[in-house]
Amino acid sequence: MIEVAGLTKFYGPTPAIQNLNFHARPGEIVGFLGPNGAGKTTTMRILTGFMPPTSGTARVAGYDLVDQSLEVRRRVGYLPETVPLYPEMSVSEYLAFMGSLRRVPDLDDRIDEVLEQVDLSERAESFVGNLSKGLRQRLGLAQALLHKPEVLILDEPTIGLDPAQIIEVRRIIQELGRERTVLLSTHILSEAQQVCDRVLIINHGTIVAEDTPGNLQSQLAGAERLTVLTSSSNSELMRLLQGVPGVSSVRPGGREGEVELATAPGRDVRPIVARRVVEAGLDLLELRSAGISLEQIFLQLTREENDSKAGG
Amino acid sequence: MRNLWIIASREFRHYFISPIAYALATMLYLILGGIFFINIYYGLQTGQINPDGRMVIGPMVTILLFATPAITMRLLADEYRMGTMELLLTAPVRDWELVIGKWLGAFGFLFVVLALTWIYPLLLHRMTSPGIDQGTLLAAYLGLALAVGAMLAIGVFISTLFRSSVAAFFVALGVMLALWIIGGLSSGAGTGAQLAGWLSFVDHYYNNFYRGVLDLGDAVYFLSLTALALFLGAQVVQARRWR
Repeated sequence: MIEVAGLTKFYGPTPAIQNLNFHARPGEIVGFLGPNGAGKTTTMRILTGFMPPTSGTARVAGYDLVDQSLEVRRRVGYLPETVPLYPEMSVSEYLAFMGSLRRVPDLDDRIDEVLEQVDLSERAESFVGNLSKGLRQRLGLAQALLHKPEVLILDEPTIGLDPAQIIEVRRIIQELGRERTVLLSTHILSEAQQVCDRVLIINHGTIVAEDTPGNLQSQLAGAERLTVLTSSSNSELMRLLQGVPGVSSVRPGGREGEVELATAPGRDVRPIVARRVVEAGLDLLELRSAGISLEQIFLQLTREENDSKAGG
Repeated sequence: MRNLWIIASREFRHYFISPIAYALATMLYLILGGIFFINIYYGLQTGQINPDGRMVIGPMVTILLFATPAITMRLLADEYRMGTMELLLTAPVRDWELVIGKWLGAFGFLFVVLALTWIYPLLLHRMTSPGIDQGTLLAAYLGLALAVGAMLAIGVFISTLFRSSVAAFFVALGVMLALWIIGGLSSGAGTGAQLAGWLSFVDHYYNNFYRGVLDLGDAVYFLSLTALALFLGAQVVQARRWR
């Protein structure tokens, strides 16, 4: 597991992360979200033992990151943002080199296993330099999984993959996350929503929100929105739906015959709206609830943070 | 310690698939072969071949002065440039294991290259009577191995300072040339000259080892230079983690 307390890192006089506090339990996939330069990679590099923090403490897999760095590094699998590979080596040579540094028992068998896991078995003898970006990413993931680490730290694990590979890698991560602690950073917010049990949103080196994707949505959703599309004109539909119990505001949508309704949180007005449209003799073409997405939460939180900083 | 051998053997094998290593070996053997041929050719013309097994060692030392920075320039600079340093430093590898492993791999490669040059003195030994002085030759080669070890260690240390292998090459070459020419200042009197003599690569190699004399002071000079450079290299790797 990962326990972070007061983690701070300065590059010269510039703070990259400040007073980070969070934890991740075994069997939990924690997503690290944030704009570029927010401090995600710095945090991950610290947690993998690549660089020490300026202050604060962190325990990974039960070991102190600074005092027991080697023990931590034995137990962490790491996929950096830019997958570092030796182009002159073959896929299996590369894994054999990394596996021997990590003292993986029955290395040859284990290499076959991870290659199968990331669907690279057929390229075992290919030179790393000849692999496409997607294949390199999968090889990086194989390297991170090779020693069956207790903690997996993945920096943008699906970047550069095609849609089929993205689905496959997400499936692998979810499978691994059942037993291990997984911390992954991503720019793809739907990925965090889909894969992660919990999300940390980081901005300007501090955590601005931390919860399950579902809880974050319900906390920040406020009014929910409903889009209604019928065969009538906008103005006729607006008149019809004004005054429906639970609807706080009605405004025209982007298309003819479309309106957007704002409703009180937790109040489902769809049955009443549908009935009223049909009873008025109109054709109901679309009735869609537009809940706030993780993208909107992310933008809202990072914007609030930026505004408060600008305001002093 | 196991990691040290893993890193060393990877580096050693890497030299045999790298064009730089083949270019270096080809250049070295061509130049030494040419020098050997000219010496033998003129010896046969005059009917007298100088039975000095070191005829290839002098030129070899000069070639190695330029070759060792070329061999070491990429060792750590490339790891930083390619990002693979992140991989190595997040693996359970100690900083000193990484630095010494790299040095050992490079030393192993040059040891093989130098061992093959022994063919020239062996040929000379068979062509002359009563043959060459094997003791002198052995001392010259032993000194050469120690000097090469020190030069490679300096190269490894300088390679830890840069991301650009070209920059590492020129700085390492500059340092080695400085240690080479500083011997020129050792002829005068005073502390400065004494210090120059103490630091000089030339004095420590040519004054004793090359003449067949095994001097503990010279061995200590090369070994301590090697240890100091490797220690500094490991410190730089550690310090760069903090940046």
